[in-house]
Amino acid sequence: MRRAALFLVALLGAAGWAIAARAADPRLVPDVSSRAIDIQYSFTGEELLLFGAILYPGQRLPDDRADIVVVLKGPVRPIILREKQRVAGIWVNADSIRLRTSPGFYAIGSSRPIDQLVDERTAAIFELGLSNLSMSPTGFSEAKTLARFENGLIDLYRRQGLFYEDPKAVEITEGVLYRARIPVPARVPVGNYRAETYLISKGRVIAVAARDVEIRKAGFERFVALAAQRHGFLYGLTAVLLSVSLGYAASAIFRRR
Amino acid sequence: MDLYLPVANLSVNALVIVLLGGGVGFLSGMFGVGGGFLTTPLLIFYGIPPTVAAASAATQVTGASVSGAMAYLERDGVDLRMGSVLVTGGMIGSLIGAGLFELLTAWGQIDTVISILYVALMGSVGTIMGREALGALRAMREGLPPPARKRRHHPMVANLPLRWRFYRSGLYISPLAPLLLGMAVGIITMLLGVGGGFIMVPAMVYLLGMGTQVVVGTSLFQTLFVTIATTMVHALTTGAVDLVLAALLLVGSVTGAQIGARFAQTVRPEYLRAILAAIVLLVALRMAVDLFIRPDEIYTVQ
Repeated sequence: MRRAALFLVALLGAAGWAIAARAADPRLVPDVSSRAIDIQYSFTGEELLLFGAILYPGQRLPDDRADIVVVLKGPVRPIILREKQRVAGIWVNADSIRLRTSPGFYAIGSSRPIDQLVDERTAAIFELGLSNLSMSPTGFSEAKTLARFENGLIDLYRRQGLFYEDPKAVEITEGVLYRARIPVPARVPVGNYRAETYLISKGRVIAVAARDVEIRKAGFERFVALAAQRHGFLYGLTAVLLSVSLGYAASAIFRRR
Repeated sequence: MDLYLPVANLSVNALVIVLLGGGVGFLSGMFGVGGGFLTTPLLIFYGIPPTVAAASAATQVTGASVSGAMAYLERDGVDLRMGSVLVTGGMIGSLIGAGLFELLTAWGQIDTVISILYVALMGSVGTIMGREALGALRAMREGLPPPARKRRHHPMVANLPLRWRFYRSGLYISPLAPLLLGMAVGIITMLLGVGGGFIMVPAMVYLLGMGTQVVVGTSLFQTLFVTIATTMVHALTTGAVDLVLAALLLVGSVTGAQIGARFAQTVRPEYLRAILAAIVLLVALRMAVDLFIRPDEIYTVQ
């Protein structure tokens, strides 16, 4: 409730600010359908709705069509990416690179394909598009090798739903309201996410706004995952007791018959 | 019915996992093996990360071996002295296994090593078992008495220093032999998530030359305690035991094991052994083929 009130104040403030700054650039007022996604016992993924309004100075729509790009980005973490090759007839992990800032989740939706909206340089600066993620690689030799590995990762994560790209995800109504659905799969990593919205016109990013989204395990799942991490001994003991008692119970029940 | 696994970090169909546990449990009850050698590959095949699969399968084998071990204990079918030596070796082995696990993971070769170990172990054990079972079946058909096995331990075992008497097994051998055997099985349990019964039983018969009346009971006794140790070591090092996954597997497997054990009494043991050998060989073959064909995923993230 307090959150909602705060949000309302922020919204009004932003609107007021936008009206006050008549001559300035347009503003974005973004929001997401849920600020926190709880992973619970039957979590099979969710759909996050990113929506909001474009506030133009003087409430006058520009003559050109403006486009919206939304990005949902998960926490970055260092990973080792391994590549299997055929060695002596069998497939083994042969080559690897380290990526120090690889996002565990990245989804981008836009109202038109990114390459029609901005040039390559701008896309790279704002990290728009799967091929423009900067993952800080170390321990590779050539640019060609790096490109091969990055494509491998993108392909893998795309099929797992952890990387997502949809050039038609954003729907703009009357030039001022936008909405986009981003699918979040079950195997999504937990952490603090950022939902970013970009307003793009004539190849330029003219407004950016962001909201935080938290994805977390909740209830029993959170308890189990935390116990496995922090209290290994008690957790292991619980697993042993569970298996011994279930095994014992089954034999006791069946013997009575 | 979908259920989220909090450690594996993905959703599975709970019914599929319970049925998988039930099927493996049925086989384990029927053949008197833990069944971990089937659980781990099947879970990996279903999409569970290999480490979580191996760790949770070890927990499941504990549950599957409890009732068997207890039944044999009541019937005095366990050589407790031999069992204790094997368990001691197994615990040392599981610690060594944990070290190897960490080393191989850092090196990026854990999956390949697991696959090759599976192929080598199950291929050879399956072949030995199959050949023996076929011989017994042929003898049965011709109405001959089954070929009598000479019971003696391997000459290497006889050369070890220090000798103990193992009364129930009818042996006077060095405790180092079962200790080393226990260690080897402990390492395998840790790496593969198998109870090791399919290696333990032939090794007890052919290497140690133990009396057959205590072989299965002692093997189950060892499996029970070594899988408990392995679960603990996994919980403390890799943190890969998934309680939800283990519980689902257990519910299926403890029930399946009881049904399997009853069903086994209606089938001739010669047929049982031949079928088990065929299953073991099939799994080994499947894993061997997977090593040589191009995998679905060339890239893996660690």
